Amino acid sequence: MRVMAQLAMVMNLDKCIGCHTCSVTCKQAWTNRSGVEYVWFNNVETRPGQGYPRTYQNQEKWRGGWELSRRGRLRLKAGGRLRKLATIFANPLMPSIQDYYEPWTYDYDRLFSAPAQQDTPVARPRSLITGEPTKITWSANWDDNLAGAPKLTAADPVLAKVSDQVKLEFEQAFMFYLPRICEHCLNPSCVASCPSGAMYKRSEDGIVLVDQDRCRGWRMCVTGCPYKKVYFNHRTGKAEKCTFCYPRVEVGLPTVCSETCVGRLRYLGLILYDVDRVAQAASVPDEKALYEAQKSVMLDPHDPEVIAAARASGIPEDWLEAAQRSPIHKLIFEYGVALPLHPEYRTMPMVWYIPPLSPVVDVLAGTGHDGEAAGNLFGAIDTLRIPVAYLAELFTAGDPEPVRAVLRRLAAMRSYMREVNLGRPRDESIATAVGMTGDQVEEMYRLLAIAAYDERYVIPTAHAERAEALEESVTGCSLDYEGGPGMAGPFGEASGMPAPVAVESFHALRERQTADEPERADELRGRVNLLNWDGKGIPEGLFPSRKEKR
Amino acid sequence: MNALDTLLWVVAPYLALTVFVLGHVWRYRYDKFGWTTRSSQMYESRLLRIGSPLFHFGILVVLLGHVGGLVIPKTWTEAAGIGEEAYHLGAVVLGTIAGVCTIAGLAILIYRRRTVGPVFTATTRNDKLMYALLALTIVLGLAATLVANVLGGGYDYRTTVSPWFRSIFILQPEPALMARVPVLFQLHAASAMVLFAVWPFTRLVHMLTAPIGYLTRPYIVYRSRDAKTAGTRAPRPGWDPITRR
Ligand code: SF4
Ligand code: SF4
Repeated sequence: MRVMAQLAMVMNLDKCIGCHTCSVTCKQAWTNRSGVEYVWFNNVETRPGQGYPRTYQNQEKWRGGWELSRRGRLRLKAGGRLRKLATIFANPLMPSIQDYYEPWTYDYDRLFSAPAQQDTPVARPRSLITGEPTKITWSANWDDNLAGAPKLTAADPVLAKVSDQVKLEFEQAFMFYLPRICEHCLNPSCVASCPSGAMYKRSEDGIVLVDQDRCRGWRMCVTGCPYKKVYFNHRTGKAEKCTFCYPRVEVGLPTVCSETCVGRLRYLGLILYDVDRVAQAASVPDEKALYEAQKSVMLDPHDPEVIAAARASGIPEDWLEAAQRSPIHKLIFEYGVALPLHPEYRTMPMVWYIPPLSPVVDVLAGTGHDGEAAGNLFGAIDTLRIPVAYLAELFTAGDPEPVRAVLRRLAAMRSYMREVNLGRPRDESIATAVGMTGDQVEEMYRLLAIAAYDERYVIPTAHAERAEALEESVTGCSLDYEGGPGMAGPFGEASGMPAPVAVESFHALRERQTADEPERADELRGRVNLLNWDGKGIPEGLFPSRKEKR
Repeated sequence: MNALDTLLWVVAPYLALTVFVLGHVWRYRYDKFGWTTRSSQMYESRLLRIGSPLFHFGILVVLLGHVGGLVIPKTWTEAAGIGEEAYHLGAVVLGTIAGVCTIAGLAILIYRRRTVGPVFTATTRNDKLMYALLALTIVLGLAATLVANVLGGGYDYRTTVSPWFRSIFILQPEPALMARVPVLFQLHAASAMVLFAVWPFTRLVHMLTAPIGYLTRPYIVYRSRDAKTAGTRAPRPGWDPITRR
């Protein structure tokens, strides 16, 4: 047994209100630069819906993740090493910018410079890729809140698997939000797909990162990830992905998306796992067994044997202790309510989800029943095929039983706590019906509903004796990087030293705030970072130069 | 043999080689971040899907051909029982096919670069220079082969160009060998030297990091946080820009 620690996240979907705060704050922190306009390390998609990028879950098309060979061995679905090298010059599975969306800005200057006229001038959209006027037809959340359904949801690959009985009429529609970040998988197919070996899993905390110095832009990671969570920076020619906010978690702060989540629905903590058993667990033949297989790889941090093995593997004491307090471990094992997203991709994802009970409650309430009574709810969970089948396609490779079990526990908690809140005697039978005790239900309620900050986030800091080696320390962040915002080496737009993202954003913002005039094109190397542009004038380089000079 | 020959066939190759080697070392140390293919596949992939493999596989065969023709002495192939006739025929046929593929691929890629809006926007001056030199060298090379074989009865560069090429590397340059070579071959060699000299400063550097190691490394890479190479390095020594704006 070789024990490794993994930072993991659980999201409680019942509490997600789809506000996109997580996406926006993440973008402000990490992808507020040109070249990554379309990049959402965190995105929130409405389910049913196509997701972002469009239909990414259709692995027959995108071929992300792993599959089993005929001999039962794990192999990359998009093909092994030789095939990767043979298709390196033009990756046939690479999504185009249209599969994401073409980022755009508005011609704001028209509002100021238009001559006096009858009609109010309008700022027309312009593509940030071509600079041409464009028609906005898609975005990262175009089908938010079922907008465009039923036309658009028909293309939902998850719905396609359960759709025989789904009617997308409004009175029968169900809907919930699915916030997604990189899964920081135990068996990451992105890492396995990278020909340069630039992607790696950190052995201390399991965070999956792209080494910007070693990435050569072969783009195989983009196609290798079944969740499409590696993005290609089309300006620097390098892959970028969610970093689990490592500069923050190294000093014990939660990730930006967790910290700012309005619903307080994200939990962060450690999981100990046996790295020697990962490949074996990822290759169990039955897809439906993958959920249990992944659980079997994770270790009980209270087990003396595990503790001894962890010590032998060099896991520091405070990390061990953090693993024992981990809310993730509680949610996956003690309460058993968290499930992995698409275990059938065989990457062993480490961002797990508590499936939402609300679609069931809503449907139940819609039929005039009391949506909070235990009996009604249990009955509904058992009979309402569609939401359960849909959730099962997302979280358990189509096996409805684990989903039902989780929903029953959530339903039990709801009913049990309703009795408590109404001052009625506690009904232990509700708890025992789902294999829990009343105390456990109340503890779970505390964690899920009250969710104190230090119970939601149990993040051990990186080790002080290694502090000088922290990769991008937030505390010792120097702003003296050559080049400041953007990078302009002589060898193409983005050569030179990469400035830490925080530094680049800082300089860009400062320039914007102190400049008398909009930024000049040559300083921006022909592109304009619109998120840092305040709409004053048309910076040169915003649009390709016109014949006649203004 | 005059001064020009010495300049062209002794000084220039050593200059080009030095710049090529030191340039790469320097670029690798100071611009790892810029060391990328800077793929434009996201913008356009229909043309790229045809042009890029055509060009790259073509140029790989061409490269192998050059290694065969320039590095392996004629005596060796003859000792192996491959006569000049057979060798020449093979080289011309294979070389022409590969050369035509390369040129066709390059033409598609350049056409794409010029006509597809986003791709053109992302093209730097550096890229344009690189494309011009690359195209020139390849066209001259193919022209030399075709002219020699279509107009003349073929040209045995393995008695002139190849020994000269090897003479450079054994540090006993013999410029006289190149002096009487047909002019197209001379031009091809000269433009190739220029190409090699600018190579380290263009996106062509990606060739040197062709990911061969992928074939043997384990799939999942684990790396420790405090590995020396990880993440952002300290700012490199140098000076602060005098004005920021
Ligand atoms: S989810 Fe993250 S770790 Fe998993 S394969 Fe995709 S990019 Fe890699
Ligand atoms: S901030 Fe929280 S509640 Fe809002 S969309 Fe993101 S995950 Fe959902």
